[in-house]
Amino acid sequence: MTKIFIAVGIVFVVALVLGAALCVLDRFFSVPEDERKKKVRDCLPGINCGACGYKGCDDYAAALAAGEAAPNLCIPGGEDVAASVAAVLGVENTAKPLDMVAFVHCNGVCDAVTQKAVYDGIDTCRAASQLYGGPSACRFGCLGCGDCAAACPMDAICVQDGIARVDTRLCVGCGMCVATCPKGIISIIPQETQVANYCSSKDKGAVARAACKNACIGCKKCEKVCPTGAITVADNLATVDAGKCTGCGACAASCPTGCLKMVYFPDLVEE
Amino acid sequence: MKELMIILLSSVFVNNYVLSRFLGICPFLGVSKKLGPAVGMGISVTAVMLLASAVTWPIQRLLLDRLGLGYLQTVLFILVIAALVQMLELMLARFSPALHRSLGVYLPLITTNCAVLGVAINNINDGFTFVQSIVSALGCGLGFLLAMVLFAGLRSRIDESEIPRPFRGLAATLIAASFISLAFMGFAGIVDKLFA
Repeated sequence: MTKIFIAVGIVFVVALVLGAALCVLDRFFSVPEDERKKKVRDCLPGINCGACGYKGCDDYAAALAAGEAAPNLCIPGGEDVAASVAAVLGVENTAKPLDMVAFVHCNGVCDAVTQKAVYDGIDTCRAASQLYGGPSACRFGCLGCGDCAAACPMDAICVQDGIARVDTRLCVGCGMCVATCPKGIISIIPQETQVANYCSSKDKGAVARAACKNACIGCKKCEKVCPTGAITVADNLATVDAGKCTGCGACAASCPTGCLKMVYFPDLVEE
Repeated sequence: MKELMIILLSSVFVNNYVLSRFLGICPFLGVSKKLGPAVGMGISVTAVMLLASAVTWPIQRLLLDRLGLGYLQTVLFILVIAALVQMLELMLARFSPALHRSLGVYLPLITTNCAVLGVAINNINDGFTFVQSIVSALGCGLGFLLAMVLFAGLRSRIDESEIPRPFRGLAATLIAASFISLAFMGFAGIVDKLFA
């Protein structure tokens, strides 16, 4: 019986000594962390995506505490985080970030786009695009090797049917994919966007059409039917001004190739 | 001296903790994606192994053995190692912030790493003296570092190669790990002959 007590006693004493030592060390040697930085850090999402321009949430929090950064830079956190950070720091929350998501401006699914070559090299978009602009006949479109999917910190992008697709339920709008895409066809748009051009081709109509069935041919039909003048066609490509767009859908109905579409986010990706 | 060299070399190559004893697989697979973090992790583990062996050996020999409480070994060792790593982290943060920033993230990961505990316990089981266990800990740490560096290099090659879809990711990684492990089997029986 005494042996058990000795054993328990030893473990207890060792734990006590170590605990006390840790306490003492913490008391005398710990680096005083900025209270404000810690509080700010607790407000941030902590996914370290780098969309704010700092290395991670810790760095951004340090910059915020030092008063060097604006409180609304966190894109994944959006309005709520900006407000809570501003509250902690006691500064005014000036601009309100919108709920942003990534959007791939390409509709060149496997059936639609023709291939000018068979690419058998390194399986990344960057490598593929350096070989004559990639295997796709469309020199603007998605290569489908998934560089953006690999860059995405939220695993929100997957390549489906030859093009990258964004799961907007997971996307936080950090913009890592935008920086990664060698074709520059991903942009960050407000989640409220109603109509968007699913194509990036600036080729002339016939060329674009020959490369991909779903390409924007720059026919200007949408420009004419739009009641609010939200659509402009430049360089054979229609762009939608989200500020003027009312979401009436007239352009989408008139588009001959179906590249101008009503944006409906939740249906984009099924597992 | 010859004996110490044998202990050192055999714990680096023959009884490599990751590749032939299969301890510490978690950081081996988790932190070996890039060379920089892999080296950082390897050095942290080496430092903690040395420290842990230096502290656990006296605890076993001077405390547990004398009182006949050998069965408390595991509990006490885990307790002591975890506390030590925390202390080390505190001291690093205070006296060497740069080192803390580069090693700091890995230290909490190895508080209860099985390779560290394994070194401490194996030192006792092999009946090493204090100096021998320090040398063995150094060897094991260097072996871990070697395995991490080798594997980080291999993984960067795997990432760039075309692999059949079902094997991509963890599957290819595990297969590669098993090949390195097989290759290390070639060291078995070499070390004691080196000094014969």
